[in-house]
Amino acid sequence: MSIAGLFAQLLAVALALALAPLLTGWVNQWRAWLQGRRAPGLLQPYRVLHKLFNKESVVAEHATPLFRVAPYIMFGCMALACGIAPTLSTDLPLAPAADAIALVGLFALARVFISLAAMDIGTSFGTLGARREMLIGFLAEPALLMVLFSASLITRSTSLANIVETLAHQPFAIYPSLAVAGVAFTMVSLAENARVPVDNPATHLELTMIHEALILEYSGRHLALVEWAASLKLFAYSCIGLALFVPWGVAEAGTPLAIVFAIPMLVVKLAVGGVLLALIETINAKMRLFRVPEFLATAFLLAVIALLVHVLLGA
Amino acid sequence: MNTLLSQSINLFAVVLLVLAFAMIAQRRILTLIHLFTLQGAALAAATLIVGYLTGQHHLYFSAVLTFVLKVILIPILLHRVIRRLNVRWDVETLFNIPTTMLIGIVLVIFAFNLAAPIAGLSTSIARGTLGIALACVLLSFLMMIVRAKAVPQVIGFLSMENGLFFAATAATSGMPMIVELGIAFDVLVGILILGVFMFQIREQFDSLDIRHLEKLKED
Repeated sequence: MSIAGLFAQLLAVALALALAPLLTGWVNQWRAWLQGRRAPGLLQPYRVLHKLFNKESVVAEHATPLFRVAPYIMFGCMALACGIAPTLSTDLPLAPAADAIALVGLFALARVFISLAAMDIGTSFGTLGARREMLIGFLAEPALLMVLFSASLITRSTSLANIVETLAHQPFAIYPSLAVAGVAFTMVSLAENARVPVDNPATHLELTMIHEALILEYSGRHLALVEWAASLKLFAYSCIGLALFVPWGVAEAGTPLAIVFAIPMLVVKLAVGGVLLALIETINAKMRLFRVPEFLATAFLLAVIALLVHVLLGA
Repeated sequence: MNTLLSQSINLFAVVLLVLAFAMIAQRRILTLIHLFTLQGAALAAATLIVGYLTGQHHLYFSAVLTFVLKVILIPILLHRVIRRLNVRWDVETLFNIPTTMLIGIVLVIFAFNLAAPIAGLSTSIARGTLGIALACVLLSFLMMIVRAKAVPQVIGFLSMENGLFFAATAATSGMPMIVELGIAFDVLVGILILGVFMFQIREQFDSLDIRHLEKLKED
């Protein structure tokens, strides 16, 4: 483990923790603009977090310790995911700890705990949200794995850092399989991050909410952690997507100075990605819940096509 | 530059395949026509690139022919037909799209395996895409089988012709000009006749559901 690697690792996690709410604010701002509304300030998520951290946390009478622990576990999982994803540099001491498959497992762990916590209180909304979350999760995970596998097939490695290093530092080539996998990844991330065609992050409408139903019982610092973790999840997914499909500008091992250029590159890529996300959310209508399996089946199918095309064309 | 271009043939081939899948899953007739138009455009682009890379200039002509026919003329005809039939906003009730798509995946694997030895024999620049072209043909077949309404079936038929055309371009660098012209003319006449058929079916049964045609059988 080199000093530069350690520094890059710490910087990546710190940057993720600091920038994740900003990304959420940026997406919300663009969403409001595109929909012809007045946008909340870019720093609104920070204000919300600040407010929530200063508020008293109210916990239901019958809550078990699981309910209190779940936000911390979720936050920890997402922070670790941000550390594993090669956002700035591929020289990450944490990267050997978990490859792409373990990363999917990490997201699953967070999902299981937040669903258990939602059912813990015993309200009908929590249970409903947990069931819906699990429905989406079990369909989205195989699709996500298939997307990561098609990238792994090209680079012959399941470690995200190795994948990005191989993709970023070879001569530019068009990979039809990666193009299809990119579409599949976008669909999966929309579902996983509770964005519009699947879930609306801005609604508390009983019939449609998924993510909000899960965290309905949380308040104060617990809610702040859950919200922050949700931002981190969006950040992690964006970074994984950018690393896989637009890998240029990520610093490689042994070039500490490249990180200086990697940061503005990352900010620009995230800003463009955020605008695209807001655009997708604006031009699509929310689906009925029973359409979601179809949506995710399509994502899975595209990912499988990507694998097959790679086998056929070798590219 | 040339490697990038030959890679973009593969890209367009994959676009054709994905569009074939999208057609299977699409319920709205209007979107179906848009998808078909896109498929035609991808096909024309792929033909153009194959023509440029192999130096076979008659492929330019067939790319232009594809563009005029499949991106402009046939979509216009289809739009007119669905407007006249008043099925522009029709949404077909399809049963179980995920199952159909899984069958589609099986077809794709079958086509890829089938094409692998043939592609090994060919020396054409886009031989790897033969499997994709075959998969497109089979998927359009599947679409014609699972659809009950007349207009989507016609679109399935046209999309199958796209797949065949792409197979010809990929495996043999295009057919002789006279054959290509003949096929283009056939497709045009075919769509006109099918258009008339659709009006006749509607006249007879007040519906475009082709299951009604079974009543014509004498018991």
